[in-house]
Amino acid sequence: MSLVDVQNVTKKFGHTTALDNVSITFDNGGFFGLLGPSGSGKTTLLRTIAGFYYPESGSILIGDRNVEKIPVEKRDIGMMFQSYALFPNMSVADNVGFGLRVRKVPAVEEKRRINEALELVQLQALADRRPSQLSGGQRQRVALARAIVTNPKVLLLDEPLSALDKSLRVDMQIELKRIQREVGITTIFVTHDQEEALTLSDRIGILKAGRIIQAGTPREVYDRPVDAFAAGFLGEANWLPQQLLDGLTLPGEKQSHRFAVRPEMLTMSDAAVDGRNSVRGKLVQRVFAGALATCLIEVKGEQWKLIARDRDLPDFAGEGDVWLNWAPEDTIRVPA
Amino acid sequence: MAELTNASDRRRLVALLSPAYLWLLVAVFLPLSAMLFFSFLTDLPQDTPDWGFTLGNYARFLSNPTYGTLLWKSVTLGLTVTLACILIGYPCALVLARTIKGRARETLFLLVILPFWSNSLVRIFSWAIVLRGNGVLERFLELFVPFDLRLNLMFTTTAVVIGLVHSYLPYVILTSYLALQAIDDDIIEAARSMGASRLTILRRLLLPLSMPGLMAGAVLVFVPVVGSFMEPRILGGRVGTYYGTVIEDQFVAVYNWPLGAALSFILLAVVLLILALASPILRKANT
Repeated sequence: MSLVDVQNVTKKFGHTTALDNVSITFDNGGFFGLLGPSGSGKTTLLRTIAGFYYPESGSILIGDRNVEKIPVEKRDIGMMFQSYALFPNMSVADNVGFGLRVRKVPAVEEKRRINEALELVQLQALADRRPSQLSGGQRQRVALARAIVTNPKVLLLDEPLSALDKSLRVDMQIELKRIQREVGITTIFVTHDQEEALTLSDRIGILKAGRIIQAGTPREVYDRPVDAFAAGFLGEANWLPQQLLDGLTLPGEKQSHRFAVRPEMLTMSDAAVDGRNSVRGKLVQRVFAGALATCLIEVKGEQWKLIARDRDLPDFAGEGDVWLNWAPEDTIRVPA
Repeated sequence: MAELTNASDRRRLVALLSPAYLWLLVAVFLPLSAMLFFSFLTDLPQDTPDWGFTLGNYARFLSNPTYGTLLWKSVTLGLTVTLACILIGYPCALVLARTIKGRARETLFLLVILPFWSNSLVRIFSWAIVLRGNGVLERFLELFVPFDLRLNLMFTTTAVVIGLVHSYLPYVILTSYLALQAIDDDIIEAARSMGASRLTILRRLLLPLSMPGLMAGAVLVFVPVVGSFMEPRILGGRVGTYYGTVIEDQFVAVYNWPLGAALSFILLAVVLLILALASPILRKANT
């Protein structure tokens, strides 16, 4: 069952096409990440679903209702903004209750639902505070509570975590996922952070130049990217130089494909390993970073990267000739 | 303010602030002190050798009810003009700040502050040409009605209000505009995403959030209008006697500076009192 269905949507701003015939389906209760570089149209897609923009052509279905001509006020959505956009002149409780009051929910029920929403984000104690008295993480929770308190059909998040610092961001990712599961609301979010997209999403859509180039589960997209852009954007890819392809076990025709390996699939040794694909390279640098170590290796003029637990790496002097090995089935194949 | 423990910080602060304070001292405090001094004199020292101190100038305000009546008339005028400026100026600022974008906004904004660039006397006499009987306004309106309008607004309170509103409207538009355009677009979009109508957004977000600016504009209009004399005199004619014109008369016609000074200070006191009484509202608007 699909809850939000975007079909052949095109959106132009003047002469630039922000969305070029986009079709994507968001299933009920799922957590979807729209991922892409800036200018790829991901925010435009989110705001078109929200109703801030009307598409030039195409249809948008929310639930069983065609909404492409309906203004944002009447679409019954919940949206969380990158800046959180809390109302500075209202308390936390009034912020959360705003949508309920607009819908003329009776006072008793309004109070109960505000409390429920604040409980969900664990902020009951701060109900009377002003937004200016809250920390970044707390503001984010208020914005989330405010977006879901009206039980909207779909929750839209615009770069939900990008304003938080790194450690808080990881906590909030887990928190956001928990709340989304608990409420069971269909959620679409936009991010440029691939790690965030991988952590949060059930499904991912990768956008480039106003088109969705691939959609699928994070694992599908990560393991089987449709093109070089997708392979490089979601995770890192070590591209195999053409002259090294002979003698390797590859999952496709050499002439019509390009091949790559993810950094964490590689092992390093001082000799080629039987039964695995091996290439020769020159270890340029080895960076110890706590749990993991990153090695930079030059392979026939290409910069390769290897990521592994530091203790799993052989004790080389630091620089010199090495062999890089991986299982043939871990090779990524994209059309050339 | 943060505590200034550092000596060089303090010296820099003094150096940066002193020109402004020196200017205030010379241009505001000294003349005002001189006026306060005059208001307690029987006569100006340069006119009569036997001048002395008296409270008589202040007593005259109390003994002659005309002054009180005129002051009340001026305060009413101030409130009327301020209200008119808010009713006309705020919607204008709203449209300028929230609806119009880019070049059009700059052009319209320039038109709004245009009255500031013209000489106030020229402005007032232009209004006289427009408002007088058989004037521009009457002729224009008669294009649309078949009968003789006999519309003569000249020398009426309406004419005074029109002239004053025109002069002071830019203050309300400017301050409201600044407050309104400082409101983040995201806030309005968030409200829309929650289903709020335009009216709800205006009532619960735009108006409260821009209230400090609106109130600042209202004060900027009210204070000078209560003491105004030029517009009442030229556009009001016989009905244009206000507290401000009486003060002006004392200085330029009757040449009774001590009484003029005393009346000025009573006006200052009353205005300060009104602002003090209104301060809970003003302060509430600022939170």
